[in-house]
Amino acid sequence: MPYTANQPPRAESNDELRARIPGWGADLDPKDRPSVPRERFDPGATGAHWEFPDRQEEKWPRERSIEHKFLTPVFGTSSPPKGLSGVLRKFAYATYSEGRAAHWLILLGADRVDAIESHLKSFLTTRPDNPITETGVLSEFHRNGFSSRFGRKRVDLHHQWIDPILVAGPWIAAVCAIVWGARALAKR
Amino acid sequence: MRAMVYRGPYKVRVEEKDIPPIEHPNDAIVRVTLAAICGSDLHLYHGMMPDTRVGMTFGHEFIGVVEQVGSSVQNLKVGDRVMVPFNIYCGSCYFCVRGLYSNCHNVNPNATAVGGIYGYSHTCGGYDGGQSEYVRVPFADVGPSIIPDWLDDEDALMCTDALSTGYFGAQLGDISEGDTVAVFGAGPVGLFAAKSAWLMGAGRVIVIDQLEYRLEKARSFAQAETRNFAEYDDIVVEMKKTTDYLGADVVIDAVGAEADGNFTQHVTAAKFKLQGGSPIALNWAIDSVRKGGTVSVMGAYGPMFSAVKFGDAMNKGLTLRMNQAPVKRQWPRLFEHIQNGYLKPNDIVTHRIPLEHIAEGYHMFSAKLDNCIKPVIVPNA
Ligand SMILES: NC(=O)c1ccc[n+]([C@@H]2O[C@H](COP(=O)([O-])OP(=O)(O)OC[C@H]3O[C@@H](n4cnc5c(N)ncnc54)[C@H](O)[C@@H]3O)[C@@H](O)[C@H]2O)c1
Ligand SMILES: [Zn+2]
Ligand SMILES: [Zn+2]
Repeated sequence: MPYTANQPPRAESNDELRARIPGWGADLDPKDRPSVPRERFDPGATGAHWEFPDRQEEKWPRERSIEHKFLTPVFGTSSPPKGLSGVLRKFAYATYSEGRAAHWLILLGADRVDAIESHLKSFLTTRPDNPITETGVLSEFHRNGFSSRFGRKRVDLHHQWIDPILVAGPWIAAVCAIVWGARALAKR
Repeated sequence: MRAMVYRGPYKVRVEEKDIPPIEHPNDAIVRVTLAAICGSDLHLYHGMMPDTRVGMTFGHEFIGVVEQVGSSVQNLKVGDRVMVPFNIYCGSCYFCVRGLYSNCHNVNPNATAVGGIYGYSHTCGGYDGGQSEYVRVPFADVGPSIIPDWLDDEDALMCTDALSTGYFGAQLGDISEGDTVAVFGAGPVGLFAAKSAWLMGAGRVIVIDQLEYRLEKARSFAQAETRNFAEYDDIVVEMKKTTDYLGADVVIDAVGAEADGNFTQHVTAAKFKLQGGSPIALNWAIDSVRKGGTVSVMGAYGPMFSAVKFGDAMNKGLTLRMNQAPVKRQWPRLFEHIQNGYLKPNDIVTHRIPLEHIAEGYHMFSAKLDNCIKPVIVPNA
């Protein structure tokens, strides 16, 4: 009870805990904890045999945070920027530091644009996006979708219904827009 | 090669991609033998992490066999079986030489606030990940370790993230003998954090979640007490009651950006991306810990702001500690614990899924179907 000075009594003694839990207290001494202290200067410990790493070849102007002095010597080369989303991404990196909300909001917006651009582009390929297989919803049938959810007081059910709307909504809106556009054209 | 590819929020598929080439003299190319899906991958999958590009291959938990090495690689050779920490790091920058491997400054041009992580958006460096047949592993002399003969493959896989992260999270709690430790979240990270709290001498460990099957695992695997927050009107009050109104000495947030329990917070963050992450569990942690106590944040949050109850943390004089786990630093000691039988990491693995079915794996793990706790991906099933 915090209203008086004493430490509350322990429910189990060390010996009881040791008997019940294999390894109890093995790292009681902070010296045995590998991340204590947090910083430990030890350049020999990492396996690096360079003072500064060789530089990886830059095959396209690699977007980077303006909080960096230069392009880091090593970087990922997945999915180079392209299309409108690429323009937005390059703009966000070149213009705003990580400290600015605009940086992240533009990047998030570019992600949505990227998804739309990529879906549209996939329809010009032999492998168009398939929302049924790509969302994995069919696993509802063989992974107990019903019994995993109901009768279990799961609070995430309060918002899971939003997911199909987020996923299917834009598709339905696109179909409606096309139908509406076609009708408008036909009426002319 | 076959690789998981992101197609936009809630959508992934398996595609044919080129085997990644060596791009730097200290690169290795690793043929993946096992990978896993992490709770962190769900933040990408749900479109919450800025600069997650269509076409990226996710996966930061994997083990495999060295297929090719760059010209400056000294510590690995073709054919070695390796486990690869989720961090990509150079080993030589200001942060790496001080042991902050997860905060490397030489691997992520996209952000200075984040280190490098495999398959974790461009915000974490733009590297393709290991949910695929092959993966490029930068700084092969620094990150990967040869898997010891006595270590099972799935146990090694758990060491690449979830186990190391849970163990690290318990250390950030600065647990003293007899402390009451509360862990929010009974996913892989929370389960391992709870288990690790005992190793550090906790007197009481309480795990909080809303998924009864995971709480069951917290009782059997982590020998912890549990509370189902859905059964309480206000879990913070319950945490006070159960500690005789003192509060827990240490609280670990093992939930992160998609925390549930408050509709508005969850929906604004996870569905509409208006916050860097839903801070419900973090706020519960701040309110459940005792004054002067420590909150260890292992749950991941995006780079944007979140509505964190900072005033409570300030007025209570809390110590808030957090980081992405510097994985490899944990391994020597974790190996001892595994060999001593204190930890059996793959006890939490519930599903083994062929790479070809990964879309269904993501849906199952995301929607928490079929009592899923940890799904493992098998590239050549
Ligand atoms: N710091 C690191 O290095 C690091 C490494 C790995 C994972 N992570 C992060 O740790 C978190 C957990 O990862 P995981 O793989 O265990 O994920 P997970 O999704 O399997 O587990 C999260 C659990 O939290 C529960 N939960 C949701 N809201 C809650 C609340 N308000 N209170 C209590 N529990 C709640 C969920 O029901 C679920 O069981 C994620 O945010 C992940 O990104 C961080
Ligand atoms: Zn992870
Ligand atoms: Zn570094």
